Amino acid sequence: MSQIDNIEDTFAVAAAARSDAEITRRRQRRAQAVSAAIRYAVLGAVGLVMLYPLIWLVGASFKTNGEIFANPGFLPKEPTLSGYVEGWQTSTPYTFGRFFWNSFLIILPKTIGTAISCTLVAYGFARFDFPFKKILFGSVIAILLLPNVVTRIPQYILFRDLGWLDSFLPLWVPSALAGDAFFVFMLVQFLRAIPTDMEEAARVDGANSWQTLLFIVVPMLAPALISVCLFQFMWTMNDFLGPLIYISSVDKYPVSLALKLSIDTTEAFEWNRILAMSVLTITPALVVFFMAQKYFIEGISAGGVKG
Amino acid sequence: MAQLQLNQLEKTYGSGFKAVHGIDLDVQDGEFMVLVGPSGCAKSTTLRMIAGLEDVSGGEIRIGDRVVNDLVPGKRGIAMVFQNYALYPHMKVRSNLAFGLRLQRQSKEQIRAATDEVARILEIEPLLDRLPKQLSGGQAQRVALGRALIKKPEVFLFDEPLSNLDAKLRASMRVRITELHRRLKAEGMSSTVVYVTHDQTEAMTMGDRICVMKEGRIMQVAAPKELYNRPANLFVAGFIGSPEMNLIGGRIENGAFRTEGQSVPLMEPLLRRLKSRPEAAVLGIRPQHLKLVAPESEGLDARLNSVEFMGHEVYLHADLDGAPVTVVATAAEYEALGRATGPIRIAPEAEWIHVFDRDSGENISLA
Repeated sequence: MSQIDNIEDTFAVAAAARSDAEITRRRQRRAQAVSAAIRYAVLGAVGLVMLYPLIWLVGASFKTNGEIFANPGFLPKEPTLSGYVEGWQTSTPYTFGRFFWNSFLIILPKTIGTAISCTLVAYGFARFDFPFKKILFGSVIAILLLPNVVTRIPQYILFRDLGWLDSFLPLWVPSALAGDAFFVFMLVQFLRAIPTDMEEAARVDGANSWQTLLFIVVPMLAPALISVCLFQFMWTMNDFLGPLIYISSVDKYPVSLALKLSIDTTEAFEWNRILAMSVLTITPALVVFFMAQKYFIEGISAGGVKG
Repeated sequence: MAQLQLNQLEKTYGSGFKAVHGIDLDVQDGEFMVLVGPSGCAKSTTLRMIAGLEDVSGGEIRIGDRVVNDLVPGKRGIAMVFQNYALYPHMKVRSNLAFGLRLQRQSKEQIRAATDEVARILEIEPLLDRLPKQLSGGQAQRVALGRALIKKPEVFLFDEPLSNLDAKLRASMRVRITELHRRLKAEGMSSTVVYVTHDQTEAMTMGDRICVMKEGRIMQVAAPKELYNRPANLFVAGFIGSPEMNLIGGRIENGAFRTEGQSVPLMEPLLRRLKSRPEAAVLGIRPQHLKLVAPESEGLDARLNSVEFMGHEVYLHADLDGAPVTVVATAAEYEALGRATGPIRIAPEAEWIHVFDRDSGENISLA
């Protein structure tokens, strides 16, 4: 009799243990779900706080001028394109398209020039030995640490003597000659991380230094080069001080100056026009960034060498 | 004809460190020469100087009848296979193979024909449209081999090409490369090879001749069998052969080799061959040439410490008057012994005894 009891007890205990385990597991799952929910809520809230000014900007650009200050929400009550239409016309004889074109004329040679010149300089520093290499590289780093403001006046005098004032040249020529030490440094560091085996293989295959650079190094450098171009594009698009110093005629204004123009010339600011044009101004940078994002992250060098 | 000659080749680095000390080496046309040595023996540096990837500090390198010291790698008539394969990561296999020919401005048809031919020989046709990152180690190595082969160079240079492969693949690639070499030679194509490795199995199985290096100097250049049976010095004796040759210190007295407590009689032909009678000598005998003998017969007393069972044979690790010795016994001999520790008696086979001068390291017992 007692034996049977014992057996039944054992079963009961086992069942209890099993359901205990089940409960623990369920509890763990619930705890995980709760913690995930909290995590996403916090992340979402912080993200929203960060993005809100941008969202508000886009929303407000469709509002009427009066509504911008009356309505704190970002959804316009009576959406209108008037900000865009009137903002595009500007208060000058030129449309905003002209200013975009000016920006483009600066950005294009600057970005291409930066990519080519910085690659050459970085390749030289990373792969060749030449006299005074250490001192020269040291001075590149020194330039990196130098505040930009320090060189503004000497540069201005130099460009004035060259007769380059009120032209785009001072805005892109220095960069197109590897004047941006930051990009040189960035590419040198990237190159140092790439093993030299592939380049040696290319030399054995009969490539000279230029062919090695063009066919082997540049493709492996692509992710870094895309980053360089992206940074240069965004920084140039946003550059305000450079054009302000060197450009004096309105027909040569890039968008960064043109935006300021509409604030200057009207007594009562047409905020919706300014906001509408601001939205247009940031659009190219956003589009380019999202297009290049994939390459930004992708490392192409993986897989060629096993160590 | 693609003979390779190194004359008094030297390499000194900027820091003043001398890596290669004036080495002389002749590699015959069609010969498979293996450079082998422990790490830091400058075998790779020597190969890279032949390739033109390192500057030559002194001496000359001749390929065929040209001195190539000052030629860029691409003009030397060489092709190289790297340890890390060094495939161009952004190019498909086909373009990797064709890169050298494209630089030579060969026509599209020529390049295509050459690529297909090489792909067929190396059985990499299905891989032609893949990127290097989609290849396994063995496949990548074959592509690297193909990239060398396609150029029809005068001299092939291999820099530890198999050391990144697993043991099984390494063994099969070894055979494949040897076969490929034989085939090129049979077809009358240029097939001089300089092959760098630190693996003595690769050296012994692949090389027509082997050049053993140590600290930037050549220790011995000889065919594998010669190197194994007649090592010129203590370094080669210890480096070639597995398990290692037993080296026992002692002196030569009254026609016998004496250790602290025991002696080995030296036979007449050997005694007559001895070039000198150094104060301190080293007796060298391969583990295969040490025999377990009965306790009462002539031989040396040693103390057995441990045993490694290898299948068809057994390695007995023993202690002979303080010197570690290894004996290779057959499984049957070991069975007969019946234990894994304790005293044993061993006898060297007289004709396989080497005697070295301890100070110079030279083998003084060679005919």
